[in-house]
Amino acid sequence: MFRNQYDSDVTVWSPQGRLHQVEYAMEAVKLGSATIGLKNKQFAVLIALKRAVSELSAYQKKIIPIDEHIGISISGLTADARMLSRFMRTECLNHKYAHDAPMPVGRLIGLVGNKMQICTQRYDKRPLGVGLLVAGYDDQGPHIYQTCPSANYFDCRAMAIGARSQSARTYLEKHLNTFMDCDLQELVAHGLRALRDTLPNEVDLNTKNVSIAIVGPKTPLRICDEAELSRFLALVEGEERRGGGASATGDAGAGPERDAPGDERDPQPAVAMDTE
Amino acid sequence: MAFMGDTMNPAPLWHNGPTPGAFYNFPGNSSTYGPGSHPASDFKAHSASPITTTTTVIGLKFDKGVVIAADTLGSYGSLARFRDCPRVMKVNDLILLGNGGDYADFQYLKDIIEQKIIDEKCIGDGLQLKPRSLHCWLTRVLYNKRSKMDPLWSNYVVAGIQDGEPFLGAVDKLGTAYEDAAIATGLGAYMATPLLREAVDKGGLDEQGAKALVQKCLEVLYYRDARAFQRYQLGVVTADGVTVEDLAEITPRWELAHMIHMK
Repeated sequence: MFRNQYDSDVTVWSPQGRLHQVEYAMEAVKLGSATIGLKNKQFAVLIALKRAVSELSAYQKKIIPIDEHIGISISGLTADARMLSRFMRTECLNHKYAHDAPMPVGRLIGLVGNKMQICTQRYDKRPLGVGLLVAGYDDQGPHIYQTCPSANYFDCRAMAIGARSQSARTYLEKHLNTFMDCDLQELVAHGLRALRDTLPNEVDLNTKNVSIAIVGPKTPLRICDEAELSRFLALVEGEERRGGGASATGDAGAGPERDAPGDERDPQPAVAMDTE
Repeated sequence: MAFMGDTMNPAPLWHNGPTPGAFYNFPGNSSTYGPGSHPASDFKAHSASPITTTTTVIGLKFDKGVVIAADTLGSYGSLARFRDCPRVMKVNDLILLGNGGDYADFQYLKDIIEQKIIDEKCIGDGLQLKPRSLHCWLTRVLYNKRSKMDPLWSNYVVAGIQDGEPFLGAVDKLGTAYEDAAIATGLGAYMATPLLREAVDKGGLDEQGAKALVQKCLEVLYYRDARAFQRYQLGVVTADGVTVEDLAEITPRWELAHMIHMK
């Protein structure tokens, strides 16, 4: 029934100082398919890998528009994400109604963080089993935020969450310093390469299983249609797989390298994130 | 944010049960007579009409900013009751707010606005409320109150710098809102607006010119509005920030009076 003595309730501490139920919820994020968020000086971009439950079903939507200037990409329990996205939409609308201005992204994340924290501290609730990547644009420029079931949230330059997302993070870390100065095309190409690194060898990116959302100055949030998707996919088509760590031309000091040289792709789901 | 619903405090654990350490509160028991157990409808509305009132506020845009001015008289009916009622208020580095109407209602909303600014500073993300946002917010608040048949009996003039451009807007006690390059409320709407519009249409107003014109309007109003006063407050907002100047006085020239012939 339980994995140990101290996980019967969200509010129960283990002697090691851990909340096991919260940590289990963090695991739920790693069950969703991978999604990536990254930004340059102007644009914030979300790129997600969609999964189809069966051959008969459509690909499950991963990117949810919140407002003209904010979108989220989800990994974990879709139902929890829908609850959160409804909350975020309501807050954005209320802010626009009361203040005639779009909701600042950081403020919205603060509200979401507070909402998610409540259910990590009450015995009659459970933590939300979903991680979000939030892309937004406001007066302070583009933003990428990551939220976790533990109610932590992080302001990121680039981030990947979901199944096998460690490989994507490795790629992002390696090229982190180039993102700020590259243009939108290159930025999306970087995101697609990072996402491709999370795929098993027999699968590749296509217009059906990739979803891209872009937001920026005078660019309301846009989820790319099939034509635009194939234009972006063409940017990375035919490139050799395994961009992370394998490219010999990549500048050496670009970022810490996680993959040991010669190490084959780790078949296990990678560790999505720390709880701290 | 104190007025945006309480996300920090979740709903109580259970309703109508015993409070920890106390016995159950039976209905009709004296413990239900506290202030918390009475809805607003149990009370009589005392201020559906204004008591201590102030008169005109003037707002005028110039090339690089906005100026707001108002006298400091609080009238009790036709009695000149209080002579030090400042009603030009610095909200933050971007916004200057002027008010006319019931003075108590202004004091009430002033406290709320100040708390709103403190809450925003506490968030600490460096964002500041902008004039258009405050103008919109005031519209919502005033319209909401009038819809409860209990209006806040006030006119507000919001001046500020919105994304580098001067902003000037007005809201009345019914929540009617508009923006203009020149705004005067109260009796000034009839007597000062023509003077202000003439200058605005001519164009090329600078800070000095705008201040001088507003002072001229206050002087005219002092002669003709029986609820106006010679002491006034003037504030300026530009990209450099908000300044509310020290109280100043009009030097009246009653020797002009013999030129007016009433029939």
